[in-house]
Amino acid sequence: QQPAQFTNPETPGYVGFANLPNQVHRKSVKKGFEFTLMVVGESGLGKSTLINSLFLTDLYPERVIPGAAEKIERTVQIEASTVEIEERGVKLRLTVVDTPGYGDAINCRDCFKTIISYIDEQFERYLHDESGLNRRHIIDNRVHCCFYFISPFGHGLKPLDVEFMKAIHNKVNIVPVIAKADTLSLKERERLKKRILDEIEEHGIKIYHLPDAESDEDEDFKEQTRLLKASIPFCVVGSNQLIEAKGKKVRGRLYPWGVVEVENPEHNDFLKLRTMLITHMQDLQEVTQDLHYENFRSERLKRGGR
Amino acid sequence: AGPAESKTEAAMSELVPEPRQKPVVPMKPTSINANLLGYIGIDTIIEQMRKKTMKTGFDFNIMVVGQSGLGKSTLVNTLFKSQVSRKSSGWNREEKIPKTVEIKAIGHVIEEGGVKMKLTVIDTPGFGDQINNENCWEPIEKYINEQYEKFLKEEVNIARKKRIPDTRVHCCLYFISPTGHSLRPLDLEFMKHLSKVVNIIPVIAKADTMTLEEKTEFKQRVRKELEVNGIEFYPQKEFDEDLEDKTENDKIRQESMPFAVVGSDKEYQVNGKRVLGRKTPWGIIEVENLTHCEFALLRDFVIRTHLQDLKEVTHNIHYETYRAKRLNDNGGLPPMTVETEENHESNL
Repeated sequence: QQPAQFTNPETPGYVGFANLPNQVHRKSVKKGFEFTLMVVGESGLGKSTLINSLFLTDLYPERVIPGAAEKIERTVQIEASTVEIEERGVKLRLTVVDTPGYGDAINCRDCFKTIISYIDEQFERYLHDESGLNRRHIIDNRVHCCFYFISPFGHGLKPLDVEFMKAIHNKVNIVPVIAKADTLSLKERERLKKRILDEIEEHGIKIYHLPDAESDEDEDFKEQTRLLKASIPFCVVGSNQLIEAKGKKVRGRLYPWGVVEVENPEHNDFLKLRTMLITHMQDLQEVTQDLHYENFRSERLKRGGR
Repeated sequence: AGPAESKTEAAMSELVPEPRQKPVVPMKPTSINANLLGYIGIDTIIEQMRKKTMKTGFDFNIMVVGQSGLGKSTLVNTLFKSQVSRKSSGWNREEKIPKTVEIKAIGHVIEEGGVKMKLTVIDTPGFGDQINNENCWEPIEKYINEQYEKFLKEEVNIARKKRIPDTRVHCCLYFISPTGHSLRPLDLEFMKHLSKVVNIIPVIAKADTMTLEEKTEFKQRVRKELEVNGIEFYPQKEFDEDLEDKTENDKIRQESMPFAVVGSDKEYQVNGKRVLGRKTPWGIIEVENLTHCEFALLRDFVIRTHLQDLKEVTHNIHYETYRAKRLNDNGGLPPMTVETEENHESNL
């Protein structure tokens, strides 16, 4: 059999199914994307600010921060907000699941139960919808990625960090993030990153692994992937304020000794985190579907019921 | 890929309605439209998807139905510029017509522009060729449903494959004989039964036996007959997603279809170029010349513009209809899961 020869549409051998990716493109643009990101970490680590910075939105406009006394009684809450972001015709429906109250209580022993239940509930609901008769309105609320915020003030992972990550690493993609990186010097950051990576390995915690760039990608992309992989866990700074620096307005934090610029790669890994999230959004969804969800599903079906 | 969103109410209306589960977790009210102060890069996701499609390749399954001698195999070879039909895969050209309808599926992998396609051509020799052709569409309908069943079984399996192999028929080209009069009763019967389970694209075969006027009149008559008999061929009106689709598809439905085609796998020299065609004493019929026949329109339609949509309608509409019927018949439960070692033991 003679394989079809591709040179250009006018040549006799051209069939035209190389156009399929364009057809898929067109349909994807029309449909848009959905993504659910969960953020977990103690209060005051800058989670909300970071999320706002990442997506250039203000997700928490009327926020009231409770005082310590109120926090004593509080258990972990789950708060989900959805935002529709459009850029160059592509729509992203982003849901951010916040977990206020995590790590606040004096005794944190039960604080991750609520979070784990939430993740399982989304899997359960999806399984139920997927098995139903009418599959018209299936909404994918499964958590595709979890940013876990590690405090920069300690010497590495705290016991709560280890326990929590071990409890969810088979259910969701974990991306560890070192928050408020502007409290650390560059050397301190390197040391902390290494310490955390060692501890993650020591405890057998499975964090999200960026897939290696494929051999046919261009050199720039390969280099970018290498750099991203080498920078995990990302040390980030977030800010909603625009500061004047070097004649331009930048997002940053103004200190008497200088301005920390959020989007300056020499100041922190914010841009790397954002690049990683965007370029791997699809992969994060796929790993959630093909690994975490399938695990949940096969366990659930084996246990009984449909 | 996860399951599909169905596009229509009609297919589901006669089924048991599912009670919508109340949300378990309190959700803040929906969208706040964001004011972007910079560039995030969301549009690059599309590029990622495109790269992914190219890498994983895709399946496409096309069925051809029509009486023997209407040029089905030749047309498929012409469509894919390759020897992909049953007749090219070592079968004897002078083969006898089978006594019953047979289903013969041949698979090929073809590549173009870095995109790999696993093409399966399903031929149906024996259709319409008997003396008594009653119910000769049944083996075809059975085959189509068997592919849906195969997919469904894999989908409900406990340990299911990441990419379920797709053998479902995405497109069925139905060949109409160029009598110049009207559709035959068999044509109507077939299309009435099968348009509910698969995407049917009617084509007028061997269109070089008609003059331009005869062609125009015949097409009009065929369109009218299809409409009067309530036959919804692809692209079905009810599945147009938006105004853009509707305008584009209306034009195809009301003016271009059914495509009057000529197929050929022989090349001739015309005006210094090598073209696919048929040589006759009165001239060379150029297959890809739009003034000669509508092959190029069919090819562009099926391959260059609507390939993905054919697959999506098959998955989101036809397959879902089959699945819902199966679940309903089974009392709302998915069909029996594949027996594994464990299951066997527990059933003893």
